[in-house]
Amino acid sequence: MTIVNDMTFQIAGAAGQGVESSGAGFAEALAKGGLHLFGLQDYMSRIRGGLNFFQIRVHERPLYAHQEAVHLLLPLNEEALEGCRAQVVKGGGIIYDENLKVDRRILAGQGYTPMPVPLVEIAREHGERVMANTAALGAAAGVVEYSYERLADVIRQNFRRKGGEVVAANLRVARAAYLYARERYAADFEWKLAEVPGAPRRMVLSGNQAFALGAVAGGCRFIAAYPMTPATSIIEWMARHEQQLGLVTKHAEDEIAAICMAIGANFAGVRAMAATSGGGFSLMVEALGLAGMCEVPLVLFEAQRGGPSTGLPTRTEQSDLLFVLHASQGEFPRLVLAPGTVEECFECGWRAFNLAEKYQTPVIVLSDQLLASSLRTIEVEALDFDRVVIDRGKLLGQEELDALTGPYKRHLLTDDGLSPRAVPGHPKAVYATASDEHDELGRISEEMNNRRKMVQKRMKKLETARQEIAPPTCYGPAEAAVVLVGWGSTYGVLREAVDRLNGQARLVHFRDLWPFPAQAAAEALRGGRLLVVENNYTGQFRRLLQSETCLQVDHTLSRYDGRPFSVDDILTRVQELGV
Amino acid sequence: MAGSAQDYASEVKPTWCPGCGNYGILNALRQALIQVGLAPHQVFIVSGIGCGSKLPDYIHANGFMTLHGRPLPIATGARLANPGLKVITVHGDGDSMGLGMGHFIHAARRNIEIVDLIQNNQIYGLTKGQYSPTSDPGFVTSTSPEGALEAAANPVALALAAGGTFVARGFAGDPRHLADLIAAAIQHKGYALVEILQPCVTFNRKNTYDWYRKRVYQLEDTGHDPGDRVAAFQKALEWEERIPLGLFYQTRRPTYEEQVSVLQAGPLATRPLEKLTPAQVDNLRAEFM
Repeated sequence: MTIVNDMTFQIAGAAGQGVESSGAGFAEALAKGGLHLFGLQDYMSRIRGGLNFFQIRVHERPLYAHQEAVHLLLPLNEEALEGCRAQVVKGGGIIYDENLKVDRRILAGQGYTPMPVPLVEIAREHGERVMANTAALGAAAGVVEYSYERLADVIRQNFRRKGGEVVAANLRVARAAYLYARERYAADFEWKLAEVPGAPRRMVLSGNQAFALGAVAGGCRFIAAYPMTPATSIIEWMARHEQQLGLVTKHAEDEIAAICMAIGANFAGVRAMAATSGGGFSLMVEALGLAGMCEVPLVLFEAQRGGPSTGLPTRTEQSDLLFVLHASQGEFPRLVLAPGTVEECFECGWRAFNLAEKYQTPVIVLSDQLLASSLRTIEVEALDFDRVVIDRGKLLGQEELDALTGPYKRHLLTDDGLSPRAVPGHPKAVYATASDEHDELGRISEEMNNRRKMVQKRMKKLETARQEIAPPTCYGPAEAAVVLVGWGSTYGVLREAVDRLNGQARLVHFRDLWPFPAQAAAEALRGGRLLVVENNYTGQFRRLLQSETCLQVDHTLSRYDGRPFSVDDILTRVQELGV
Repeated sequence: MAGSAQDYASEVKPTWCPGCGNYGILNALRQALIQVGLAPHQVFIVSGIGCGSKLPDYIHANGFMTLHGRPLPIATGARLANPGLKVITVHGDGDSMGLGMGHFIHAARRNIEIVDLIQNNQIYGLTKGQYSPTSDPGFVTSTSPEGALEAAANPVALALAAGGTFVARGFAGDPRHLADLIAAAIQHKGYALVEILQPCVTFNRKNTYDWYRKRVYQLEDTGHDPGDRVAAFQKALEWEERIPLGLFYQTRRPTYEEQVSVLQAGPLATRPLEKLTPAQVDNLRAEFM
């Protein structure tokens, strides 16, 4: 039996062996052929050694999640074979260099299909030793009988900068390995990949890349950050686009400096952000309150990883939710958005900057390692640049500034809590403000009536913002007996679980988390037994939901081993409910 | 559109103690701004937390009273967003040499064009009399009952070591000289430190106006060459017996903002904020296809 266009391919090896670049290259080749894919990266916090893998699930229809079962494994060393083979299905193929110390008969006896290929030999003969990974990709394409031309396209594109000879050598290597593997192993291998004729060109990108695109589309022109996995790729991407997009990026001396620089830039009138993970966010907490107190717009991107402390630096978790909701002393308004897909990352990117300027307060975008680094194919229009709006709220323009009379009140009391905002530079709007409690003019004040009014003014903004908080999205049949409740990156796996549960379950996915869409939540969650699914131990979202809606959550599923939920995790838990 | 004394006048009455060195610093800053011909809207004063950091309330100019230790990175962000603004930080010795020590070193090596005024009274005033990073060894306070046990932080020496391109020290008791130093700092291209020796009349009974007056002298009277970094460092180490004031060191190297190519087309803050063009969108999409 042949299975076409429904398989998972995994390349595994030590850090430094090129797992990521090879995986990304193969993913591109598949996407160019019109296939959908979901790419999951699993890597350790080290530069060399250890075990990293890049897993690519491939299908003709859109994919939202990874799957655990692997059909074709490419271990780049013995440890990778040991560490990953348990995931390989019966009959699944294992392509490896014939010099690896691997007993072919044992593998065959365990039900695998061993596929030794002289990868290094081929690389040496047709190019150079370092091209062994190219040989592996060629062999993989050969075994699944995928279009060699698509792989060749990617090789030409990716090695173009290294010159014609490097491209030619890689092509020779890929071709030789392709033919070698196809000739020997393709006939007995069930899984095949075929180009989808007439499929549109699609984009392949990660959540972080989508967020960065959304941010710059939404007018972000400054980022300050201190490198921290899994947020680093945001500033790296922006730094590469400084010239092209007119951005200033600053790798700051620490996270406190990073958030302070972003606050300073926003104060001066430039849309600015900082990006970090939980540890860096911990350092930023005091300055977060400064932005809240002084009504400075601020976008903060926080990609969660396993905590506490250094925790699991390269792995996923959703355990900073209640922390970001409450971080910093005192009370001030903040908005928290938690995108769940690449598309939502893009939208949160530009929306966050509008919300920050409109409400003149911090907006936190909460992502996690899974969403930050996994790749998905999406339709080009799915990142809808046309829908992007740049709304600067009550920012005063030149004519309005020229027309000002009397002293400019930066913190003018208004019905909606929002004050007309000037940035330093205009003679009619000279002002100073303070992190101390202040009056409408920004002058330090401890007077109690003023204090009450200023607290009410700031908190009023949260009520005003509530009107444009997105309700949770629903997926699946309304009458389903089980309601899967999730937020952030669990969207994909829960959606697939709904598809596989044949009407037994539906999904309610929360994206905008604060101010909490309580009324919409209560409506969306009416009917059915609630199963809250989240990557943390203490049920942070469940507690939030219960405290904001008075709903009682019946069931929970949590995972806190640093790995994302698999569809099987969800299906098993739903079966346990006995519906 | 140069400012006048009236332009910089604030209606807010300072909360500082009578005789506080901050009055002299405030006057010197106002005087310097007028001297260099800047108007209040062209200036952005970022302060930290402490008695002296309330200064932006007492001067009519753009200002931001921020967090303890953090005015420098906030000023850095503002400066990168709008190099058209003259950005001045004002903070005390606890702020700059305690929490803010790291930012101070980085600002100096970064050579970002910020005038950094450090009001150094060698004591924590607002929290009522604890020793500070710049307190002299042996200085007895409520948190140093056996006397301060650490060597005093030396802002001038640190700035020199970190690559500061304008390093000066003034004295709150000589506002005219101080105003000249601040004016020179404002005109300097790059990070400019002016450490200001500032008596705290309430809590520091050692480093008083008299104590300083007996010791301070002007570097310019000694033939000191501000182009000589090694000589500057030697001068920076003088304390207790004789205390040098004036310009220790000045040099010219490219500022941070001069090296950011995107900023050469003008400040980000004054450019119109527009959606990406269709061509830009196509290029960005193509990157992922």
